[in-house]
Amino acid sequence: MSELFDCRDAFVATLEELAEQDPRIVAVVNDSIGSSKLTGFRRRWPERLINVGIAEQTLVGVGAGLANAGHKPFVCAASCFLTGRALEQIKADIVYSQAQVVLCGISSGVAYGELGPTHHSIEDLAWTRVLPGLEIIVPADPVETAAAVRYAYAAEGPVFLRLSRIGVPRLLDERYRYEPGRAQVLRDGADLTLIACGVLVHRALEAAERLSDLGLEARVLNLASIAPLDRREIVRAAQQTGAILTLEEHSVRGGMGSAVAEAVVAEAPCRMKLMGFEDFAPTGEANFLLDHVGMSVDGIVDAAQRLVGEPLVAK
Amino acid sequence: MPLPSRLTTEDIPDLCQKMRGTLLTTIVNARMGHVGGDLSVIDILGTLYFGVLRVDPTDPHAESRDRFVLSKGHCSVALYTTLAYAGFLPIEELASFAAPLSRLNGHPCNRKLPGVETSTGPLGHGLPVATGIAIGGKLSGADWRVFVVVGDGELQEGSNWEAMMSAAHQRLDNLTLIVDRNQLQQGDRTSAVTSMEPLAERFAAFGWETHEVDGHDHAALESLLSSPNTSGRPRCLIAATVKGQGVSFIRDRVEWHHKVPSREQLATALAELEVAS
Repeated sequence: MSELFDCRDAFVATLEELAEQDPRIVAVVNDSIGSSKLTGFRRRWPERLINVGIAEQTLVGVGAGLANAGHKPFVCAASCFLTGRALEQIKADIVYSQAQVVLCGISSGVAYGELGPTHHSIEDLAWTRVLPGLEIIVPADPVETAAAVRYAYAAEGPVFLRLSRIGVPRLLDERYRYEPGRAQVLRDGADLTLIACGVLVHRALEAAERLSDLGLEARVLNLASIAPLDRREIVRAAQQTGAILTLEEHSVRGGMGSAVAEAVVAEAPCRMKLMGFEDFAPTGEANFLLDHVGMSVDGIVDAAQRLVGEPLVAK
Repeated sequence: MPLPSRLTTEDIPDLCQKMRGTLLTTIVNARMGHVGGDLSVIDILGTLYFGVLRVDPTDPHAESRDRFVLSKGHCSVALYTTLAYAGFLPIEELASFAAPLSRLNGHPCNRKLPGVETSTGPLGHGLPVATGIAIGGKLSGADWRVFVVVGDGELQEGSNWEAMMSAAHQRLDNLTLIVDRNQLQQGDRTSAVTSMEPLAERFAAFGWETHEVDGHDHAALESLLSSPNTSGRPRCLIAATVKGQGVSFIRDRVEWHHKVPSREQLATALAELEVAS
């Protein structure tokens, strides 16, 4: 089995690399220094690590204020609290006000599996995706995480970086550069398309290999850029493969799959299945939970086979 | 930075009286606005913009500017009126308040109007943002200051108390909070909804340098707002105000939170203001 990486390591390594060059970079936390892996950052730049305490509304407001004062804030907190508790601050202070802040949702999805649904963050894409002018990135591996941090640093508007701590293999070449609004075709195929983001991308690739052995060639898209959305590539997949299966560590309502469905239904209706969480997740380790709701490699293969066999309009 | 519109202390009361007339006219024309709060906060805004703040309408984003945040964003007409008299927008443009596609929203938007630092409207947002601005100023070693006005009812929002703790902990003596303590909120007296006394003691207990001041006394306000703060503590002015100040039939009456005066009432109000000035 290939080596697994905690993408927070690539996140902080890149952030520190940028912070060395740009003294305007500050990290803002809600007592989340350890969980954001910022102990090294604090050791190097204690004055640039701003801990507002366990106070997410102030966390996000302070981020907006720091941007107003000419700094480059990376606001880091567990994604469930960052997006849930401070959603109105994200809307008004950051997005509507267009504060140049990078919101870093750490341990998103079901990374805190055993802690239960209060600490899961399978709603954050739905909550943030409706805010116009907020870019949303869900990186799939350490290479993409580093690229996304570099991109977000230089972006002109606010960015929500949805990060995980679930171990993932390296998938992308070191030369990879993140491009907003561009879905990445990781594997070509004509029989159906698997569209995945974040920790599901490597599972999608593995499922595609298995499907190939079974005689089905699946195209695999890495949809790290949730906003802006690559409607062109999605529509092309719908038209050329006729079936789309989306895979995300999120509720099936309002997340990446819903974004894909919005494009598909408007421009090129095709068979679709959205995989993710239908309900609050039970207790269990993160990878167990992904398997449990049907997104094991076997589960994806089964769902893909069923989808390809289904008529376009269900009776 | 020059103060293009600085007035003498003697001139500020007259100007505020004039702005009262302008804001009332604006609200009556738009048939929309928060007349009570606009009238309670206008002396604070007038004192800030014409006696205290280092801001320049010809360079509204200058790095070295003082920052002002109106957290009680529903009192946008008072802010727009003050910004207009300070040169940030033409006074005639106030007639477009709340009109279709106007940049003068019911609540101020920083992307539409230069001079507005952050978009406000939902209550409890201004103090956290101002806290962040003040932290930023400290990090840069800047000498500019940050001022934020909240309503007293607004203090019922918990985010203020988060930020109060954080600002005191960060020793933000470049931050000044002014509480427009008019004792009324939309539906009732603040004391009837959620009592907040002893307010000054509460701020002091949170580690703030706290002052109580008459929010309609321009000289007292200017003196406190202008005085340097090297206490290592953020400063709070609890400004005792009267909602609807300046107009007899609006003054201190809960029903005038966002009721719009009739044309006849406007004429009466303007006459009262004329006599008073």
